Amino acid sequence: MRFASEFRDPVLARALLAAVAGKAEAIGATRERPVHIMEICGGHTHSIFRYGLDKLVHEGIEFVHGPGCPVCVLPMARVDECVAIAERPEVIFATFGDAMRVPGHRKSLMQARADGADIRMVYSPLDALELARRNPDREVVFFALGFETTTPSTALAILQAAREGLGNFSVFCNHITVPEPIRALLEDPDMRLDGFIGPGHVSMVIGLRPYDFIARDFGKPLVVAGFEPTDLLQALLMVLTQIAEGRAAIENQYARVVPENGNPVSLAAIAEVYERRPSFEWRGLGEIESSGLRIRPAYAAFDAEAKFGIGYAAARRTVPEIEGCACGQVMTGRLKPTQCPQYGRGCTPESPLGALMVSSEGACAAYWQYAGARTAAA
Amino acid sequence: MCLGIPGRITAITDPARLMALAEISGVRREVNVACVAGPDLGALVGRWVLIHVGFAMALIDADEAARTLEALRDLGEAQETLEQLALTEEALR
Ligand code: SF4
Repeated sequence: MRFASEFRDPVLARALLAAVAGKAEAIGATRERPVHIMEICGGHTHSIFRYGLDKLVHEGIEFVHGPGCPVCVLPMARVDECVAIAERPEVIFATFGDAMRVPGHRKSLMQARADGADIRMVYSPLDALELARRNPDREVVFFALGFETTTPSTALAILQAAREGLGNFSVFCNHITVPEPIRALLEDPDMRLDGFIGPGHVSMVIGLRPYDFIARDFGKPLVVAGFEPTDLLQALLMVLTQIAEGRAAIENQYARVVPENGNPVSLAAIAEVYERRPSFEWRGLGEIESSGLRIRPAYAAFDAEAKFGIGYAAARRTVPEIEGCACGQVMTGRLKPTQCPQYGRGCTPESPLGALMVSSEGACAAYWQYAGARTAAA
Repeated sequence: MCLGIPGRITAITDPARLMALAEISGVRREVNVACVAGPDLGALVGRWVLIHVGFAMALIDADEAARTLEALRDLGEAQETLEQLALTEEALR
């Protein structure tokens, strides 16, 4: 039987599903008038699809897939800037593999590499540091991207480069933060969100306090969750319990990994190296105030934007997105991936039009992977 | 990239740079332990950690490590990470 074989602990999963259904009934949630619960993290989105949790939970619960996949929210202009840096003859461009296929206006990094740019896929910023040590006559640029989980790693890599005096290492910084886009979504009058499942590994770094405004100013519950299916169900139950009791608080389902105040070494490294940008552009969401980080002037020698006069260091940019692509609406949960006119037609994982189709953490790719042909045919 | 993978610290390789050797699903890889290091670096040897892009970000127990690894395998993320580790060898050549 599918259910029993898929879940590590089917008895617990069943009990949680029943409890979730009980709470949904108590709240009066129905298929017509569901409660909208946003999972912010792309890892959670992947998990929900992998286990079909959206189908298994009570019909009065609607998961809204949040903007928590850093590859998916990367605007085209940033990809273009990556390509421009990578095409410089002196540059070795080091990137996580996830970013290779994100489409830019002219080309993706994958296409740029096929055209001769020296682009290396690495696992860690430490590998980019090593490339810089081994290639003193080349400029090694690391494409830094990700939320608070990866931010400490590039901060620590820059600190290490500074200690070693590595003059040929720099970082193209695209780090973004989780709380600010949630604020933007909550301030959007079109969005109807009743509660949040908070990201586990991001919260391991930043702790729980940065989410306080969600409960305090907007009266919505958030529960930080691990990414096993039973973790997600437990967190969902905790959110529904708060709603049923008329409470809004920030709670922690994943206390076995997430400390209330985060990781002090990581936070100190981030604060030392990075400062907030006035605003940063998100694909599908536009510019969001204070949502991105840049390298502090003290470390400008390691800032690829300053070094190559590109990105926010250059003149203002205009960023038209692709015609007929509904990435923005899917990203904010207004549309399901299957409602995008391009889904399965112009846009597939093999030739993605939008970034949500690239990474397994993107809602469109997750839909495709687990329900692909069926939904495309519908 | 967003989900960490469990690994076990097997040796301290460079105390000045806070680097250690970790075993991640049978693959050995040098990782940075700045975020989990206490005053006694040697105490990390044998411990399980959650590793994000080459940095140990949290100490976890053996049971949590096993559960997390199983969940990552289910999601295909464990294989993805191991492939990235293999690609890195190529990139550094
Ligand atoms: S199907 Fe493609 S174009 Fe449509 S929203 Fe998803 S990623 Fe964007």
